[in-house]
Amino acid sequence: MSKTLKLCAMELKLYLREPSAFFFTLIFPLLLMLLFGSIWGNDPFPEADYGYIDAFTSAFIGIVILTAGISNLTIGIATYREKGILKRFRAAPISPVSFLLAQMGAILAVSAMGVILLLIAGKVIFHMQFRGNPLEAFTAFILSCCGIAGLGFIPASLARTARSGTVIANSLYFPMLFLSGAALPRQMLPDILKKVSEAFPLTHSIRMMQGIWLGDPITEYWVEMVVLGATLALGGFFAGKLFRWD
Amino acid sequence: MCLHAVQASDLKKTYGAVQALSGMSFQVQRGEVFGIVGPNGAGKTTTIDCLAGMRKPDSGTMSVLGLDPSRNGRELRKRIGLQQQESELPEGMRVTEALELFACLFGAEPRANELLDMVGLSEKAQSPFSALSGGQKKRLFVALALVNSPELIILDELTSGLDPVGRRQLWNLVNEFRSPERTVILSTHYMDEAEQLCDRVAVMDRGRVVAVDTPRELIERYCPGMLLTLECGSDFQIGKALAVKGVQKAVMKDEYCVMDLTGPEVVVPVIRELSGAGVNLGNLHTKTPTLEDVFLVATGKEYSHE
Repeated sequence: MSKTLKLCAMELKLYLREPSAFFFTLIFPLLLMLLFGSIWGNDPFPEADYGYIDAFTSAFIGIVILTAGISNLTIGIATYREKGILKRFRAAPISPVSFLLAQMGAILAVSAMGVILLLIAGKVIFHMQFRGNPLEAFTAFILSCCGIAGLGFIPASLARTARSGTVIANSLYFPMLFLSGAALPRQMLPDILKKVSEAFPLTHSIRMMQGIWLGDPITEYWVEMVVLGATLALGGFFAGKLFRWD
Repeated sequence: MCLHAVQASDLKKTYGAVQALSGMSFQVQRGEVFGIVGPNGAGKTTTIDCLAGMRKPDSGTMSVLGLDPSRNGRELRKRIGLQQQESELPEGMRVTEALELFACLFGAEPRANELLDMVGLSEKAQSPFSALSGGQKKRLFVALALVNSPELIILDELTSGLDPVGRRQLWNLVNEFRSPERTVILSTHYMDEAEQLCDRVAVMDRGRVVAVDTPRELIERYCPGMLLTLECGSDFQIGKALAVKGVQKAVMKDEYCVMDLTGPEVVVPVIRELSGAGVNLGNLHTKTPTLEDVFLVATGKEYSHE
C-alpha cells in the first residue's frame, strides 16, 4: 500500500510540473466557466430559483473529470509504455493493479484540485449557491472520477505509443464532451443523440452531480451509481487482462 | 544454496517469422562477471528478458537464483537488479526522487546519496531526468539497479551509444561492484568490453551460444596465433623469416615484414634469431587476437558492429 501511495504522490508531483496537461485539465474548464458565466450570468432562470452557474458548475466539474480520467490517463500511460518507462516499473517490481491504482489516485487528486478552482471562481465571481448534501456530492464526485478513470483504463492498457493513445483518448473524449452535458446542455440535443449519450458514463455522472447540487438526495440516482460502478469494474477487469508493459 | 546463479537450457523463442532464441544454453556461477556477447540481433536482450521473467520462452528450462523466472517473475525481480537497454524515466523526475521511489517500490532502505556517490552522480542529485546526458542516464540506471542490494545484477548493453570516456567510467563501476556474493551478467556487442570485464564469456550468434569460456581460453582455443610486424628494411628476404621456427606465414609491406606466428611465446625467439642472422631490425608491433577473431573462427563470418 505504501508503494502505491508513494508512486501516486510522485505522479502528482510530475503532473504539476508539466504545464500542458495542467492547462487542459485545470485551467481550460475554469476558462469555460468564466466565458459562459460572462455570457449567461448567474441570475435565476425564469420559474426557477437557480441560475446558469448553479446549474452547470457540475458540467464543468465533469469536464475536469473527463480530461483527467480519459485524456491524461491514456496519454500518460501510453507515453510511459512507448518510452520504456513501464518496463522500468515492471522491473521494480510492481503489479499492474498497484500501478493503475496509483495512477487513479493521482487522477482523483488532480480532479479535486480542478473542482476546488471551479468552486472558488464560482463563489467569488458568480456568487453561486450549493443546495445539496456536501457528503453526497463528494461521494458522487469520487464515484464519477473512478468510473471515468475505469473507462480510461482500457485504452491506457492497450495504446502502444503516445500518438495512438491521443487518437483513442480523443475518440472517447470529444463525443462525451459534447453529448454528455459537459460542454453543451443535453436539452439542446436531438432525441436520437440524447439516447446515444445514455451509453456514456459521463452522462450519468453529470446528471447525478447536477441533481445533487440542486438538492436531490443521492438515493434518486441509484441507476447512475450502478452505471459508474459497473464501468469501473469492467475497466478494471479488462485492464487486469489486457495490461501490457511494452 | 545451489552453486549456479543461473542455469538455462535449450531456450527457444520465436517472434512471428524471426527465431530470436534457437536453443540457448548456459550456466552462470555465483560471484562471477558473466558476459553475453554477439552482434545486434543475436538474441542477447531476449535472453536477458527471459532470465528476468519479463518474457516467457516458447520452450526450454531456466533457474535463476533457484527460481523459475516464468512462474515467479515478480518474486525473482525483488532479488535482482536490472538495467534495461531501452528504458527511460519520466522527464521531470529528479535523480534523487527516482532513487527514493524505486527504493520504496522494492521495500528497501533509501540510500540515494550513497548510490549517487558510487556512480559519480552526486552533483546531479537534483537534476530532472531529461537534463542528464546519455552516460549520466546509464549511470543512474546502474544506481537504480543497485537500490535493492541485489544478489544478481543484469546489465543489458550498458555502454552502447557512449563515448570512450563514458564507457571507461562504467567499466570502472562494474569492476567496483565485483564481489564473491554478487553475480553480474552483462550483455554487450563490444567484444573489447567483454574481454576487459568478464570472468567468462558466452559468444552468441543467431539465438544460441557458439562458444563459452574465459576470454583468454577462448582466444587460445580459437585463435592461438599472433601477428608480428617487424621493420626489416626493404631488401629483406622473406625466406629468412619463413625459415624461423614458429613463423607460419610472412608477407612484406614496404619495409615491414608481417608474420603470422604460432603463438605469443615465439615472439622473442623469432626476433632473437633474425637479429642473430644479421638483419637490421627497427620498429616492431604485435597484435594479439581478440574476441572478434574468436567470433570469426567460431561462426565463420566477420564480426559486424551494426
